[in-house]
Amino acid sequence: MSTFVSDFKAHATEKAGDLRHRKVISTALRSYEVVRDKRKAAFQSWESARQAAAETKWEAVNHLDTHLESLVAKLEARGTKVHWASTGAQAREIIAQILRDKKARCIIKSKAMTSEEIHLNDALEKEGFTVVESDLGEFIVQLRHEPPYHIVFPSMHLTRGEIKDLFQKELGDAPSDSPEDLTMVARRVMRQKYITADVGFTGGNFAIAETGMISITENEGNARLTAALPKTMVTLIGIEKVLPRFADLALFLPMLATAGAGQPMTCYNTMYSGPRQPGECDGPEEWHVVLLDNRRTELLADAEQRDALHCIRCGACLNVCPIFRNVGGHTYGTTYSGPVGAVITPHLRGLQEWKHLSNASSLCGACTEACPVKIDLHHHLLQNRRNASASQPAFFEKLAYQLFGIVANEPAFWSLAKKIGWLTQPLQRAVKGSALDPAKAWTKTRDLPPQPLESFKDWWRNRK
Amino acid sequence: MSERENILGRIREALKVPAPLPGSHGDAPIHAATAAPASHAREWLPAVGASSAEQFALFAKNAADLKADFQLLASAAEMRAALAALRDREGWQRVATHSGGLTDAICPVLSLPLLRTDRPYDVQELEQCDAGISECDALIAQTGGVAVTSRSAGGRALSVLPPHHVVLARREQLVADLPAAFALLQQKYAGNYPSMISFITGPSRTGDIERILVLGAHGPKRLTILCF
Repeated sequence: MSTFVSDFKAHATEKAGDLRHRKVISTALRSYEVVRDKRKAAFQSWESARQAAAETKWEAVNHLDTHLESLVAKLEARGTKVHWASTGAQAREIIAQILRDKKARCIIKSKAMTSEEIHLNDALEKEGFTVVESDLGEFIVQLRHEPPYHIVFPSMHLTRGEIKDLFQKELGDAPSDSPEDLTMVARRVMRQKYITADVGFTGGNFAIAETGMISITENEGNARLTAALPKTMVTLIGIEKVLPRFADLALFLPMLATAGAGQPMTCYNTMYSGPRQPGECDGPEEWHVVLLDNRRTELLADAEQRDALHCIRCGACLNVCPIFRNVGGHTYGTTYSGPVGAVITPHLRGLQEWKHLSNASSLCGACTEACPVKIDLHHHLLQNRRNASASQPAFFEKLAYQLFGIVANEPAFWSLAKKIGWLTQPLQRAVKGSALDPAKAWTKTRDLPPQPLESFKDWWRNRK
Repeated sequence: MSERENILGRIREALKVPAPLPGSHGDAPIHAATAAPASHAREWLPAVGASSAEQFALFAKNAADLKADFQLLASAAEMRAALAALRDREGWQRVATHSGGLTDAICPVLSLPLLRTDRPYDVQELEQCDAGISECDALIAQTGGVAVTSRSAGGRALSVLPPHHVVLARREQLVADLPAAFALLQQKYAGNYPSMISFITGPSRTGDIERILVLGAHGPKRLTILCF
């Protein structure tokens, strides 16, 4: 068993029994569901909007080459420097080289999951750069030296008391445990950093092919400041972020806000089409956009699961997933957690090492129903299971199913097996859940229902 | 071969196999993808009334839900009075703004030193300002938000660095919904977009601590929209 699987199992077991964790997460997500449903109901037709959003992303992803060429031509025409990175290592080197060229010391960052994906902060800090996360949730998890818990709500697993203690220890400033006071501590810490940082770093939510724009969605204003004050701006986005047209945002911005956080619109939705232009008095003098593949083209090559690239990273599938809610975001051990993480991580990091995530699912389909761009998430989990067992069948599992096939196809064997089962079940009860129980993975926390002597078939045949 | 060619090559190779259309799991495609599928967004987004009165009422309700302060005024004189009242209530010492038809007509009433951000300015000075006063490109009834650009609203920082953002607008700038706002921006700027276009929907906020709403995370704690 790989360490990824054993870590996952150990952490999942621990978190599922952690009542404090359960309480924090269910409180956070209960209010999410209430406000999201209210916002969905305000749409004249959420279902039609979903279908249109899915078709728009389908169009974008299935003509990705032409859309990217248009995006890049438009960006470059306005003085933006565009870089292409096939791997995370290339992207890290491109960004580090920009910082070296600028003789930068301090980088202020707004939230970007792509930077988590390529472990950018570690790489830059190793080179001696100071990296400051400006999004409040990201700032909190950076102070704790841990990855974000959730792709939209990074510090969702922490209580105000824990954040107060953290601020007291790391910043020496925590007047109380009220969210208001704690937010103002972060605001004070960050203010001068926007002004003095040499480089501002952002991610992006959408890239508009028609007009050559990167659209950034945020509530706090930290990305706005990051893109306004430092002299150099660097933006890292995955190649799948394209939308064909400027006007498509009229649909996607309210859908992202509704699915992601139950808001009618996120507070700031900002489209950048270049560095400071002639006649403008602020904004960066230079803007670098780094387009990241990092095995997205491998997912693109799987036509069956290509729609996983439609993902707009709203986090809705995480919020409704019974597995995510029980095992928590860190247990996945991946950048992208929850159902969409379970679907795409095997493509981005290797099927055999990450196939266990596709098994950690009840296949209830809540994710597919929640997805604003209609990604067929729970079927993709099944396809991952199928692909994993086809490419590397588990010996004992294969043998067991072959034996089962033989027994189930022959009524005499089946009848014999039922009798053996009935006769041996008292033995199972005696060793239930212990090392001697062959079904211990299942029975450790569950009771095997007793097998009646008379089967349904016998009862049917003998009824009066 | 450059990475650009490598990536585009892998994309073209991958796209040789067509993908099923969305919503067609397990079956043949339900229907062909329409051209510009999002172009009918107006029919699905939250409803907006047709009359100007309904739209102003919706804007006011949405702005209030967002905890923005919206004042619909009768004249330029009332707007001056409203701005002066804000100055007095918050004790403004210094504010920032930019040159424009409305700002030039209204801001002198403050009799305060004005930092202009549409000419070279010192960021530290802007950070010390009590308020940033800007114009906008549109008020959007559907969301209760405003659209600003780096060209029409004094650059990138004015609307987000000072603790109070005041928007000065005219009634005719109200549009019904997001598709109308995007159409307006396209009509106004196509071919030469400002380097930043921002839809501002309420004052800066965060819910990162126990999902409890706090205003003024990094941007303005207060957003006031004055309109006549």
